[in-house]
Amino acid sequence: MNRDIAVLGAGMHPWGKWGRNFVEYGLAAARAALADAGLSWPDVQYVAGADTIRNGYPGFIAGATFAQALGWSGARVSSSYAACASGAQAIGNARAQILAGLCDVALVVGADAAPKGFFKPVGGDRPDDPDWLRFRLLGATNPIYFALYARRRMAIHGATLDDFAAVKVKNARHGLANPNARYRKKVTAEDVAASAVVADPLRLLDICATSDGGAALVLSSVEFARAHGVADPVRISGLSTATPTFPKTVLDLPDFATDSAMTVPPPDLAFRPAIAAAAYEEAGIGPEDLSLAEVYDLSTALELDWYEDIGLCEEGGAEALLRSGATALGGRVPVNPSGGLASFGEAIPAQAIAQVCELTWQLRGRAEGRQVEGARAGIAVNQGLFGHGSAVVTVR
Amino acid sequence: MSATKERRPAVDGWFTAADGTARLLGTRCTSCGTPYFPRNELACRNPRCAGPKDGSELAEYAFSPRGRVWSYADARYKPPPPYVSPDPFVPYTVAAVELDEERLVVLGQVVPGVGVADLEVGMAVELTEGVLYADDEAEYTVWMWRPVG
Repeated sequence: MNRDIAVLGAGMHPWGKWGRNFVEYGLAAARAALADAGLSWPDVQYVAGADTIRNGYPGFIAGATFAQALGWSGARVSSSYAACASGAQAIGNARAQILAGLCDVALVVGADAAPKGFFKPVGGDRPDDPDWLRFRLLGATNPIYFALYARRRMAIHGATLDDFAAVKVKNARHGLANPNARYRKKVTAEDVAASAVVADPLRLLDICATSDGGAALVLSSVEFARAHGVADPVRISGLSTATPTFPKTVLDLPDFATDSAMTVPPPDLAFRPAIAAAAYEEAGIGPEDLSLAEVYDLSTALELDWYEDIGLCEEGGAEALLRSGATALGGRVPVNPSGGLASFGEAIPAQAIAQVCELTWQLRGRAEGRQVEGARAGIAVNQGLFGHGSAVVTVR
Repeated sequence: MSATKERRPAVDGWFTAADGTARLLGTRCTSCGTPYFPRNELACRNPRCAGPKDGSELAEYAFSPRGRVWSYADARYKPPPPYVSPDPFVPYTVAAVELDEERLVVLGQVVPGVGVADLEVGMAVELTEGVLYADDEAEYTVWMWRPVG
């Protein structure tokens, strides 16, 4: 059974630190996606919002917030929160509605207005919330976790600080021509080395910023797309919101501890590889079929972990793959041609949607200044707090 | 730091140093044997465990105090609240440690004075109790890792 859906439109509000309300970014992105699709808001039967836990109540119910901003139309709605995977959940909701035949056209929107500096837990004393407690008892900020993974890679796989810097240099170069990127500035290895150590071994330029931004997609059934005059649309052929398998033995943000492997052996596939594997299986393709990938480079070092997790190379092979130039534009399988989080900074609920916007433009051959030649298939992967997988495979 | 200040755990029931050996406290399934930290009182989370899964299978458990460094990092900037930071901020080191016996990785701060240059992945460490922060009334303690020997 074919379970593809069509991506009719993609739109973004540029990432930055604009200091305005998140609804404005989402609205701009939604309008851009609708214009790109050649549809208008009343054509949309279902709107899926990716929520933000900032910005008060409108953020928690983003689906309705965006529907109201676009003008109440009676469209069906959902609002999803899954931290960084929120966007994938919203896309997943829209896809399920379309595949079930409950609607033909859906709009997916995510936007955020992020605070300056470290992400911190939601306010108030919440001593039963692990996200609150990790700050209280350990001072375990997000960069601490990123640094733990980075140090582990150095010790186990021989990654070097130069490798981490090379990821930043590559992604900054990719983002130079992207009009939606926040940072469009060349970065050198010397720039990275000269930036302050935040959490050893990671420096400021190894760690992604927090940004404002908005992204939206107009999705439809393939039949609707063809009737609408799009004979060969970009299609979403696989989507995974997988959870981990017990025992989860890799420490994830914001955990205090992993599961114990004392009584049950760890699963064959750890969490992150399992996220991608589930999406590949749905799509009926494998990593060897990829033209490009958008991965969640919260840190430069984490991009290397993803190379292995999505099957671009064997475990321990990421450094060699990076050094070969395969993951740079012009290489065998460019990773983060958009510029990635290194060029965008993270706008949490918008990010997974933005990744699919980039895949869409790449597969249409419209990613000006950063086009992957002949792009036919791409994967976007991401991971939300507490075990939310996020992977989307697009093909054309 | 006054020696006369009362010492209180910064969190209740997560660790003990009562018998002179610091240990993490959690629970363990009496049916399948899986230990949990932080404590899990709800139901055993091993999907193949044949226990009743109503919490009655979970018993108090004190973890073994030794493990090996899985990874480590430090904090060079003051984190946001609810971390209670001295003023001026003092950098600290965090280690993820795989317990030898229970085979799980647990985060903890490393005792003051031990920095990233003193640590290595695979190094043997043991649990101890250390002061996380203090106020006028008391010193608040938490579990910490320190190199063995």
